[in-house]
Amino acid sequence: MKHLLSAGDLSRDEAVLILDTAEQLLSVAQRPIKKLPTLRGRTIVNLFFEDSTRTRISFEAAAKRLSADVINFSAKGSSVSKGESLKDTALTLQAMGADAVVIRHHASGAPHRLATSEWTKGAVVNAGDGTHEHPTQALLDAFTMRSRLGDLAGKNVTIVGDVLHSRVARSNALLLDTLGANVTLVAPPTLLPVGVETWPVETSYDLDASLEKADAVMMLRVQRERMNASFFPSAREYSRRYGLDVARMNRLPDHAIVLHPGPMNRGMEINADVADSDRSVIVEQVTNGVAVRMAVLYLLLGGATEGETA
Amino acid sequence: MDATDISRALTRITHEILERNRDAEGVVILGIPTRGVELAERIAAKMAEVEGTTIVPGALDVTMYRDDLRLKAPRALEATNVPEDIDGRVVVLVDDVLMSGRTIRAALDALSDLGRPKAVQLAVLVDRGHRELPIRADFVGKNLPTSLAEKVRVRLSGTDGSDDSVSIEGSGA
Repeated sequence: MKHLLSAGDLSRDEAVLILDTAEQLLSVAQRPIKKLPTLRGRTIVNLFFEDSTRTRISFEAAAKRLSADVINFSAKGSSVSKGESLKDTALTLQAMGADAVVIRHHASGAPHRLATSEWTKGAVVNAGDGTHEHPTQALLDAFTMRSRLGDLAGKNVTIVGDVLHSRVARSNALLLDTLGANVTLVAPPTLLPVGVETWPVETSYDLDASLEKADAVMMLRVQRERMNASFFPSAREYSRRYGLDVARMNRLPDHAIVLHPGPMNRGMEINADVADSDRSVIVEQVTNGVAVRMAVLYLLLGGATEGETA
Repeated sequence: MDATDISRALTRITHEILERNRDAEGVVILGIPTRGVELAERIAAKMAEVEGTTIVPGALDVTMYRDDLRLKAPRALEATNVPEDIDGRVVVLVDDVLMSGRTIRAALDALSDLGRPKAVQLAVLVDRGHRELPIRADFVGKNLPTSLAEKVRVRLSGTDGSDDSVSIEGSGA
């Protein structure tokens, strides 16, 4: 594993290795000294062309807990606003000696371009590209589900909402399929992407029909900022048909959990009472995110890399 | 060494640990994965038998503290499980084979991130020499002089599913 670009690139063994490693690293957060010396002297650049709170902070915390040096780059307030290209930005970072680049970009495929180019020698980690993929989110979701539900093989996961604009949904569908779970995507027809029939999932337009068998329900944010047309008549109607309220939550099996990648639109896709209920693992997802990202950074950077003598 | 020799050596080590520390009070036994964990469990069981108390052994994974991480592909982590607070306690580290001392160096670093033990002692089943750091064991099952071309193989019933044994393989002849 040289880069982490897509959740679909991971074999079952690799995915399980990341999750198992994360499980061991989770305990670091409970120790008096929350730091491991493993990546001392390595430089990790957080290259964020798009706004983000939890992903950037999570990657930063993960890198720092492994003793790596972190350089944060956000497009706002940098030369990108003067028109600098991705290539020139990447070359600059390479010249500064970045061992890994964590990239979030509004264009789908930007991390792939960076990884396959000669612009940077370091490992590339996709932290969300356009409406394409967000593999570490899928890993932390799988980690959270696994810690609550046990082995994911044969478990039913329902992903609800704006699948069309969601990189989280695609990464989750690919990873959960690799791990043996059954995924159902529930969305209005307008919010399902073209070609969804080639995904390893079932699709449905009816949320109520898929609640009773679900072991986990993942609510997706309605991404208004990416919507350039009207995909549903009104927020109220969307919320009525596809929002998770208390009545719907009560129809879930007793062991079922509710996930949300954040940020939430309370009252839109998820009711505030649901978000704050015992079934909601949304805060746990954030804690687990740091451990999962530590595992990814350790497995990408911790061992011998090409060019170093074995 | 066969199963009886190993058992005898562990019994002796157990008594030496108790003798050195007067009793089991304030002693924390931590095994270093993978085989050190099983040895720690056996020593703790023997100690509990002698003292008539329950002693919970722990495990300390030192992978993240190793100095040779960049020489090999990343390794999977093993469980770390420290049963109690180690501040002010005597920690006895247990490993199967002591050679360069680098694993123990990593373990000492890992311990200092977990707390401040009153003292750290080291128990090993086999000491094969070839130290690269100023580290020595307090309790040794057997001193086995070897050449660098040889390999010391330790098999334990719990970890390897075969009879307990210690053997030297691949001598440079």
